Amino acid sequence: MTDLLNLARQAVLTPSGLQDGDIEKIMNCLLSASVDDADIYFQSSHSESWVMEGGIIKEGSHSIEQGAGVRAVSGEKTGFAYSDRIELPVLLEAAGNVKAIVRHGQQAQMGMIKTAKWPRYYPIVNPLPSLATNQKIDLLKTVDSETRKLDPRIEEVIVSLSGTYENILVANQDGSLSADVRPLVRMNVSVIVEENGRREQGSMGGGGRSDYNYFIEQDRALNYGKEAVRQALVNLEAGEAPAGNMTVVLGPGWPGILLHEAIGHGLEGDFNRKGTSAFSGRVGERVASDLCTVVDDGTLPGRRGSLSIDDEGTPTEQTILIENGILKGYMQDKLNARLMGVKATGNGRRESYAHLPMPRMTNTYMLPGQHDPEEIIKSVKKGLYAKNFAGGQVDITSGKFVFSASEAYLIEDGKITRPVKGATLIGNGPDVLTKVSMVGNDLELDSGVGTCGKDGQSVPVGVGQPTLKIDGLTVGGTSV
Amino acid sequence: MQNQEQINQLKNTVQDLLDEAKKQGATAAEAGLSQDNGLSVSVRLGEVETLEYHCDQGLGVTVYFGQRKGSASTTDLSLVSIKETVSAACSIARFTSEDSFSGLPEQQLLATEFPDLELYHPWDVNADKAIALATECEDAARSFHPEISNSEGASVNSHQGIRVMGNSLGFLQGYAATRHSLSCSVLAQRGESMQRDYWYSVARNALHLESAVSIGNKAAERTLRRLEGRSLSTRQCPVLYCAETASGLLGSFIGAISGGNLYRKSSFLLDALGSQVFPEFVRIHEQPHLKAALGSAAYDGEGVATKPRDIVTGGILQGYVLGTYSARKLGMQTTGNAGGVHNLTIDPGSLDFDGMLKELNTGLLVTELMGQGVNMVNGDYSRGAAGFWVENGQIQYPVEEITIAGNLKDMLKHIVAIGNDVDYRGNIRTGSILVEQLSIAGE
Repeated sequence: MTDLLNLARQAVLTPSGLQDGDIEKIMNCLLSASVDDADIYFQSSHSESWVMEGGIIKEGSHSIEQGAGVRAVSGEKTGFAYSDRIELPVLLEAAGNVKAIVRHGQQAQMGMIKTAKWPRYYPIVNPLPSLATNQKIDLLKTVDSETRKLDPRIEEVIVSLSGTYENILVANQDGSLSADVRPLVRMNVSVIVEENGRREQGSMGGGGRSDYNYFIEQDRALNYGKEAVRQALVNLEAGEAPAGNMTVVLGPGWPGILLHEAIGHGLEGDFNRKGTSAFSGRVGERVASDLCTVVDDGTLPGRRGSLSIDDEGTPTEQTILIENGILKGYMQDKLNARLMGVKATGNGRRESYAHLPMPRMTNTYMLPGQHDPEEIIKSVKKGLYAKNFAGGQVDITSGKFVFSASEAYLIEDGKITRPVKGATLIGNGPDVLTKVSMVGNDLELDSGVGTCGKDGQSVPVGVGQPTLKIDGLTVGGTSV
Repeated sequence: MQNQEQINQLKNTVQDLLDEAKKQGATAAEAGLSQDNGLSVSVRLGEVETLEYHCDQGLGVTVYFGQRKGSASTTDLSLVSIKETVSAACSIARFTSEDSFSGLPEQQLLATEFPDLELYHPWDVNADKAIALATECEDAARSFHPEISNSEGASVNSHQGIRVMGNSLGFLQGYAATRHSLSCSVLAQRGESMQRDYWYSVARNALHLESAVSIGNKAAERTLRRLEGRSLSTRQCPVLYCAETASGLLGSFIGAISGGNLYRKSSFLLDALGSQVFPEFVRIHEQPHLKAALGSAAYDGEGVATKPRDIVTGGILQGYVLGTYSARKLGMQTTGNAGGVHNLTIDPGSLDFDGMLKELNTGLLVTELMGQGVNMVNGDYSRGAAGFWVENGQIQYPVEEITIAGNLKDMLKHIVAIGNDVDYRGNIRTGSILVEQLSIAGE
C-alpha cells in the first residue's frame, strides 16, 4: 500500500514539487472554519485513442489531464474549487474561497497523515505502453481486415482503441491519505452493412481495468468484430417492431441496463436523502418480485465499473440494494451517508478533480435465479425478446425510464420467430421489477462498455443480469 | 478591451505551439487554447447547497506530416508541457496512415473579417449576489402553490472564457465570451403522484436573463401541470412538439446532413441534396453573425469564415453541414461548420402556441423526450415521451409512460405547421412543430 501511495505521490505531487506538508497546509486552511468534512483530490490522467476507418489508421490522439479539487462540507452545504495548476498558492487560495461557505467556528487541525489498507481489484499497471505503438496499429489492422472478410455485405468497418492511466490521491481531514492507480482500456468495432439498398449497423466492444493485452487474450478483439457483423446482418432482416404493452424477455448481460435505469439511479443516496426519488423512504418495502436480488458491487476484479476505493477514499463493497424483492438500502457517498445516519458504501464518485463527488453506481446486477433461459422463452405465447440495447434514461422522480433495444425478436407460441427493428421500451421503475415472473440461471455481466451520465458527469460503470421475463412493458414500435 | 492583453498572451502561446510543431518537423499544424473561469451557486430549500469556483484551461494541437496527422491535448500550459504535447502529437503522426483528404482548410476560405459579435458581457455577480438571486428564484417556485412539495434547488452560473486558435497558414485569432444562466427545479406531489420539472434562462448578457421570479413561477407551473399523468392506449395520431422538444427534431435532421455521417454513409438523407426533404413552406438557415447570440461565431473550429446561408429553402435541401475533411471526402467545399451549426433557425409560421394547439386539434402535445432512440442510418425513430392529450385545441390531461415512433424521413416531410413561439435559449431556434402522424405506444 505504501508503494501505491508513493506511486501516486510521484504521479500527482512530484511534478509540481508538492509534499505532504503542503497538503497539511491546504487542509488546515480549510479546517480554520468549522466543517464536517473536507478533502483534497489530486488527479493525473494520461489517455490515448486510435481510430481505424475506411481501412486506414485515420486518427490518433494523446491527452493529459491533471489538477486538484478542494472541498469543504458543513451540514448540507458544500464549497468547492479546483485548478489544473497543482501549486501551493493556487490551492491555498482555492481553500480560502471554499471555506467561505461554512459558518465560522472552531478551528481544527488535520490529523497525522496516515494510510489505511484495503484490497485491490485490478493491477497497478499503465496500459498505454503495454503494447508498443506498432503492435496497437497491428491489432487495429488485423481486426479491420478479419472483420471485413466475414461477409460481402460489409460496407464499412470502424475500429477504435483507447486507454487511460489514472492516478488519484485523496487527503481527508482526519489525516488519511488514500491513493489509487486506475487503468482502463476500451475497444470497439462498428460496421455498416448494405443489401439491396438497405443499410444497417452493428456495434460491439468491451474492456476493463486492465491493459491492452486484454483484447488479444481469448481473441476478444476479433470476437467484437464477429459480433458487430452478426448484429448488423440480423438488423438487415428486421421488420416493423410491435407497439403496445406486452410480455418482454430480456437477454442476459448488457440488458442489465434496465436495472441501472429503472431502479439503480432511484436508489442513489442523494435523491433519497432529499426525498426526490420515487424510491424515497421505501427501505424495507417490497419493490420487486421475490425472485429479484440486486446488488451494486465495486469489488469485481478488473471490471470497467470496479474501484478499489471510491473518489472519497472509501473502500468499495458489495452493497445489497434489493434482496428477494425487498428494498434494503441505498448507495451512499460520505455527505449523504452522514446526513442519513448510515455508512458510506464506497459509491462517492466524480468524473474528475473538476467535479464534485456524488453517489454513483459501480457494477449493478441481478443475481441468477432458477430457470433455464429456454424455458423462459417457451413460457411466452406472444411477446418481445430483447437481446441487445443501446442507451437508456430515467426520471427518478416520476420513476419513468426508457431504454432502447438494438436487437430484438418476436416471440410467438414459445419460439423466437423473426427479428424486429430496435424500439424504445418504457416503464415505471418502482413497478417494473414487481412484474418479473421468471429469472434465468445464466447471469452475465456486460462486456465493459458502459458510461453513465448524471448532472453532466460521466463515469465508467458495469451492468449485468440473467435472462428476465417481465409481464408487461410498453414497447415503442410502429406496428400498431 | 481589458481582455485584449490576455488574448494576446494566449495568442503567443498558440504561436509557440505552432513554431514548436514546425521545429519538430511537422509540415502543417493547427492549435487551440482556452481559459475559462466561473462561479456556480445552488440554493435548496432556502439554504446554500453548493458554492463552486471553476477554473479550466486546456490546449490542443494537431500536426500534419504530409497527409498523416496526430493530435494531443493537455491541461498544463507550461513551456515544458507545450513541447511534450507537440512531441506526443508528432509521434502519433508517425503511425497514422496517409490520408489524401486530411490537412488544413484552403487558405482562401479562412476568415479575414472579425466583426465584434458582442459575446463578452462580464457580470459583476459575486457569491452573495448569486445566492440572493437563486434564493429569490427558488422562493418564487416554492411559494407558487401548496402542492409544490420539495425542491432540487435553484442555481446561478456565470462563466467567462477566452478561446484562441491558429494554424500554420498564418491564421491566429482569439475572442472572449461569457455565458450566464439561472435555473430552478421543483417537485410537486398530489396523492401518490410525484413529479419534477424545471425552467431556465441562459444568455451571453446577464441583463437578457429572464427574471428570477418568472423562472421560479414557470418551474412550479410546469411541475404542477404534470401531476397525475396517465398513459395512452396504443394508437396513431398527430403530434405537436413544443419548441424545446422541436429543437431535438431539427438536431436529428442536422445530424443526418452532417459530413461525418454522410461520407460514412450512415445517414437517412444520403444524396438528398437538391431534393424535397421538408414541405414547401419550410426554410431553415444559419445566422452565425447575430449579436450576442449563443451560437454566434465569425469562424468555425478550423478558422474557416462562417456565412449566413440557407440550408433548406422551399423545403428543398440546399447544402450540407461540412468541415474541411468531410467536404473533401464528399468532393465538396467546407461550409464553415467544423464544430457544428451557428444559430440554426427555422422560419416561424404565423401561429402562436395556442394557435398551434388549435391546429393540432386532437392529438398529443410532447413536452419531454427520453432516451436516444434515433437511428441515423435509416431514420427509425422511437423515443419515450411525456406531455398532454389535447382535444379540440384544449389541453385535457397530462400523459406519461408512452413512446412515440415513426421514421424521421417521413416525419420531416409531414410537418404541418411551425409556431412562432420560438425558444432562443440554444443554438437551434425553433417554435413548436406539428407533425401529421406518429405511432403512440402505451398501456
